[in-house]
Amino acid sequence: MAAQIVDSTDDRISRISSSIRVIPDFPKPGIMFQDITTLLLDPMAFKDTIDLFVERYKDKNINVVAGIEARGFIFGPPIALAIGAKFVPMRKPKKLPGEVISEEYSLEYGTDTMEMHVGAVQAGERALVVDDLIATGGTLSAAIRLLGRVGVDVVECACVIELPELKGRSRLGDKPLFVLVS
Amino acid sequence: MSSCKEDDPRIDGIQSRIRVVPNFPKPGIMFQDITTVLLDPRAFKDTIDLFVERYKSKNITVVAGIEARGFIFGPPIALAIGAKFVPLRKPKKLPGKVIREEYDLEYGSDCLEMHVGAVEPEERALVVDDLIATGGTLCAAMNLLERAGAEVVECACVIEIPDLKGRDRLNGKPLFVLVESQ
Repeated sequence: MAAQIVDSTDDRISRISSSIRVIPDFPKPGIMFQDITTLLLDPMAFKDTIDLFVERYKDKNINVVAGIEARGFIFGPPIALAIGAKFVPMRKPKKLPGEVISEEYSLEYGTDTMEMHVGAVQAGERALVVDDLIATGGTLSAAIRLLGRVGVDVVECACVIELPELKGRSRLGDKPLFVLVS
Repeated sequence: MSSCKEDDPRIDGIQSRIRVVPNFPKPGIMFQDITTVLLDPRAFKDTIDLFVERYKSKNITVVAGIEARGFIFGPPIALAIGAKFVPLRKPKKLPGKVIREEYDLEYGSDCLEMHVGAVEPEERALVVDDLIATGGTLCAAMNLLERAGAEVVECACVIEIPDLKGRDRLNGKPLFVLVESQ
């Protein structure tokens, strides 16, 4: 342990936060898009992001990390690998081959559907749900419902970024949310 | 020339976890489903380790992953070798300025986009996807990286379908795969 120097949590959060790029008016006017791709261009910031999640979850007996397509696929697998959990992709319709279960959720206009493979998870397993960002919480709550329907215990939702003014946290029911940057 | 890890004992475990789903996404196609590899933490770890062992001493500065399943394998490799991760995406997903490359499908065409500025001239790049079929997507990915001035060192996939001769579409660039599938 002696040779390893880990920056303090504050230093790491600061680095992570400053590596995120804000793009105005994307995908439509008025939205300030939080772009994590610039974080991924900084190997130290990306490593710190994963480390902060892994430090939190490694002793919590998590069996499953569920990542939401597509940016949840970037953060979920490294966490899963580090804590020895399986990784389960939660996908848009018709992407997963074979038998799936589906959950519909509301968008600003209309609805969308999220799918998970039948048999990917077992009742009683402990899960983490991962995405890059929580906005309204619609997608995350759909993932929580999908996992809950097969008897999985969602322990926490984990995101890099939260947009608190959109009150997504309140849509997660009794499930806690952990974020690095608010 | 066959860059395929036939003799490593970990390959059997990985191969045995790949699930073949017939007639997906359409009749006649035997779909190679890697999600079952991700459900086995040992097999998933071995997959990443095999790539990391090959690339860690090759001075790779960029790992480019193709949406969406390349997002599952690329980031863990990038993190382990200290490279940046660059997502290559379907149109209109990346915010801000992008460059795009069109490529042919069986019917019609599609596009892949990369952020302007993600990659600098003379960087050494790896392109990662779960599978190479015809090689159309990988070829588009390599073109994007080369247009930005990077050198594509190799393409890396978990699975190759040799009958589709994708390897021949890579403009002479080497391809490394773990598993060959009929």
